[in-house]
Amino acid sequence: MIGFIAKRFINYAILSAIATLSAYVLASLILNPASRYLGRNPRPSDETINAILDGLGVNPNTPVIERLWAWIVNLVTHGSLGDTIHNTSVISEMTVRAGTSLRLLILGTIIAALIGVFLGVWGAVRQYKLSDQVISYGSFTVLAMPSFVIGILLMILATSLNNVLGIQLINFTGEYTAGLEGGWWVHFWDRAAHLLLPTISLALMGAAGYSRYQRSAMLDVLSADYIRTARSKGRTRGSALVRHGVRVALIPMSTYFAYSFATVLAGAAVTELVFSWHGMGEMLVQAIQQSDINAFTGAILFNAILILIAGTLADVVYAALDPRVRV
Amino acid sequence: MLTSATTTPHQPTSHLLEVRDLHVTFPQPGGAVTAVRGVNYHVDKGEFLGIVGESGSGKSVSSLAVMGLLPSSAKISGDILFEGKSLMGRSDKELSKLRGEGISIIFQDPLSALTPVYTIGTQIAEALQLHDSKLSKLAANSRAVELLKIVGIPNPERRAQAFPHEFSGGMRQRAMIAIAIANNPRLIIADEPTTALDVTIQAQILEVLQKAKDLTGAAVVLITHDLGVVAGNADRLAVMYAGRIVETGTVDQVFRAPSMPYTIGLLRSMPNLATAGHTRLVPLEGRPPQLSNLAPGCPFAPRCPAVIDACRTTEPPLTMINNEPLNASACLRVGQIASGELSRSTLYPVPEPVAAAQRAEVPPEHVMAVSELKRHFPLSKGSIFKHTIGTVRAVDGVSFQIRAGQTLGLVGESGCGKSTTIMEVLELAKPQAGQVVINGRDVASLSAKERRALRKDIQVVFQDPMASLDPRLPVQDIVGEPLTVHGVPAKERLKKVADVLELVGLDPSMASRYPHEFSGGQRQRIGIARALVTDPKIVVLDEPVSALDVSIQAGVINLLQDLQEKLGLSYLFVAHDLAVVRQIADDVAVMYLGRIVESGPTENIFDNPQHPYTRALLSAVPVPDPAIERSRTRIILDGDLPSPTEDITGCNFRTRCPLFRLMDEAAQQKCRTSDPQNRSVNGSDVACHHAEHIDLMTPA
Ligand SMILES: Nc1ncnc2c1ncn2[C@@H]1O[C@H](COP(=O)(O)OP(=O)(O)OP(=O)(O)O)[C@@H](O)[C@H]1O
Ligand code: SF4
Ligand code: SF4
Ligand SMILES: [Mg+2]
Repeated sequence: MIGFIAKRFINYAILSAIATLSAYVLASLILNPASRYLGRNPRPSDETINAILDGLGVNPNTPVIERLWAWIVNLVTHGSLGDTIHNTSVISEMTVRAGTSLRLLILGTIIAALIGVFLGVWGAVRQYKLSDQVISYGSFTVLAMPSFVIGILLMILATSLNNVLGIQLINFTGEYTAGLEGGWWVHFWDRAAHLLLPTISLALMGAAGYSRYQRSAMLDVLSADYIRTARSKGRTRGSALVRHGVRVALIPMSTYFAYSFATVLAGAAVTELVFSWHGMGEMLVQAIQQSDINAFTGAILFNAILILIAGTLADVVYAALDPRVRV
Repeated sequence: MLTSATTTPHQPTSHLLEVRDLHVTFPQPGGAVTAVRGVNYHVDKGEFLGIVGESGSGKSVSSLAVMGLLPSSAKISGDILFEGKSLMGRSDKELSKLRGEGISIIFQDPLSALTPVYTIGTQIAEALQLHDSKLSKLAANSRAVELLKIVGIPNPERRAQAFPHEFSGGMRQRAMIAIAIANNPRLIIADEPTTALDVTIQAQILEVLQKAKDLTGAAVVLITHDLGVVAGNADRLAVMYAGRIVETGTVDQVFRAPSMPYTIGLLRSMPNLATAGHTRLVPLEGRPPQLSNLAPGCPFAPRCPAVIDACRTTEPPLTMINNEPLNASACLRVGQIASGELSRSTLYPVPEPVAAAQRAEVPPEHVMAVSELKRHFPLSKGSIFKHTIGTVRAVDGVSFQIRAGQTLGLVGESGCGKSTTIMEVLELAKPQAGQVVINGRDVASLSAKERRALRKDIQVVFQDPMASLDPRLPVQDIVGEPLTVHGVPAKERLKKVADVLELVGLDPSMASRYPHEFSGGQRQRIGIARALVTDPKIVVLDEPVSALDVSIQAGVINLLQDLQEKLGLSYLFVAHDLAVVRQIADDVAVMYLGRIVESGPTENIFDNPQHPYTRALLSAVPVPDPAIERSRTRIILDGDLPSPTEDITGCNFRTRCPLFRLMDEAAQQKCRTSDPQNRSVNGSDVACHHAEHIDLMTPA
């Protein structure tokens, strides 16, 4: 059992390493960090630019392979991911931002999973009834909508709510209100209020996907013989489905969960931008905009590690749910 | 939800269960399917009722209706009374109180009937706690262990912690029985509880079911398609056809004096272990009607040899026979049949055997000789770092011969290595160990060209007629495919296809149709036609009739026999149904754990088996004759077939051998230490040290 998980973990770790290294190579080939300096006025001399780029280890004149090697050596010997173009270390940048993103991601994913599973089960049990159809259309609509549209729609709703109530009930710009006076409790409330919309936005998207998947997993289970057996023992249909069906239908969900985490991450980047959160998503987008290879690779590494953790967690959950894979 | 269509007050009943005029309809896009059309029956306290019928006759639907477990789309009318109270119109919640407590059910497929993620013990305890909220978890668990012990699971404390996938099919079915009897129900419905199991396991399960019935005093409704199973167990019998009960009576009444032509045909079409091989089977031509748009009149009319004009207009009601209240039959001519005016024995014409002039000459020689054939598979573990942890000895030294124009029946429980053996033979390549000689040539010495040529001579027919035919190809392409492989020109191919279709009794004009347009029996004929199209000398038949309904089986078996005589074919016939093997085989080889433990001429093996395993196997087969069944004592084998990875020293049947237990210490020691070699005893080739003492197993 432990061996199984350990093996999967090593698998994921190797995959994450490959993903990060490919990200580095890809970014080095596509992004042009020099362009940022060429457009300046006065334009710095070629030597100056070269010196800056060499200092960051991103000079396009050095072969990619050499730069990659230097990056790896730097990582292994100094535990450093290099510097951003703003001359801050990528690691320090990440530590500041990671907490922000994680708070959003973890909360959003957990809520998405809970709601998604619940809606999926509900929809399957009430297949083709009105509530099932409403859930289906709702989730398709959400799935079809780009994440920034959801964010903006939520903002519009919140604004009109605030207007109707005449107080600033829901805040949605940034992580907290700058310069807020008050005790611990006040700050907590402030952050929670700021967290509300981005979390809803993420959870909505996640839940839409999960609910579709859970619904179809449940439909497979609905007609299973063991549900009939459970009913023949004296369970009502509903209770047989909940006690015997959901548990089995959750098994494939754990794998889907791991895979869908990647898309949640992508959605989170947009959500952060829309709500002006300074998280890892913003870092990724800005890194691309500013042709910052080191920052980009750092952001990808962060994502890879999250996927690594999610994947391993999914395997643990899988094994916990399904005795057939335990050894 | 059950909804009552009748508004009349329920008449009181003294029966435990009474089903009155039950109708079940499933609305369907292509027209509603009325699966049950006016079923009436009753079960008394402690009674054992058997319900038999072919696939699709409505057996399961009518019993699910009693349990209130039909899908919500089903439209139900009529009345179901349990202990005098109607179950119609009750909510799922009310019915759930009764399910498991008053009535429980055992389903056919033990593989999928248990929830994979909970332990066996938990699932039994759940049944207990659902009906006794005061029962503590601890008490429920210990009662679950007790129940497992009652149904004969060894080591019940430990096995209660196991998950369903760690149980064999037979053990799961025992667990299902444990769940069913957990709350001492008054009625147990068993829906084909043994259909998916081997005969030796079937015998065990039926014994457990009887024991459970005796312990709880419950009445049992046993649903099956096997007339043999009911003959030995049931008190009364109901025969279903096309959604109705067409005949009912005590077991003796129905078996002795069947009075509905369908029952008569069914009984005559079944190969019977006690008589098979002496008489030709009488096929029941045609197939059951589609339930979606049923023609008026007797649904059996298209297949009935006694049909008269009136049969096509009025559907006969179930009418009492000879004023016997329990005996009834739904046939317009029941009076004539009961009085003997219409003779039961001549009702169905016995098909003529192949005329002597049409029989092919066969030289008396061996067409296939297999000796010491072995096929071991390494059992490995781990996905990245594979390492071998054992060997599966699927085939472990098998020898047999087939004479030209004759049939060798290869029998044994599932997992004993039958299929691997024939796969090895069909490879036509050098085996891992041993020798395969076909037509006098060792296949190991063949060149690639010779091997291809030999493939024409040896063909195969598989078990599942649907799965083995490509649904996207018309029948002529399917049948002609082996010819395409051998590069026969198209024109010649079509002619040959038409010929073989004719030969297997299909109209050559059907050649352009697709497999789904054919019935199960017809599909199996297509499979046989495909095997015959290359004019083979040897045909390997892997369970060719086991997927077919009894009434269809007989026709296919007769066809195989006729073809053999006309074309001089040799058959290697693999089957688990011993009655079918007795019907068709000249020689029989009995396999156990990769070995042939006994072989010899069919008569010898069936009448005078010398190996304890053969004895047990034969005694496990139910015979569709209540008198024989009652006088028989079964030899029940313990446990399941051991895994072929297990290393059993000495005789590999030792762990289950009933004879071993009867022997003295010195003799047992011999079984433990030395592997019995095949030797000739009383005309059979037997692998047992103590075959001479086999009669110890027959109780005096
Ligand atoms: N849920 C359903 N929807 C539509 N038709 C159904 C449904 N369940 C059963 N039927 C139809 O009802 C008929 C009777 O089915 P039933 O399962 O009772 O047969 P059976 O006698 O138990 O056969 P078997 O020996 O194969 O178990 C069949 O034609 C089947 O296709
Ligand atoms: S009613 Fe007619 S068709 Fe039906 S079984 Fe009797 S004789 Fe045959
Ligand atoms: S050799 Fe011994 S154990 Fe094997 S079958 Fe004969 S009596 Fe039984
Ligand atoms: Mg059935």
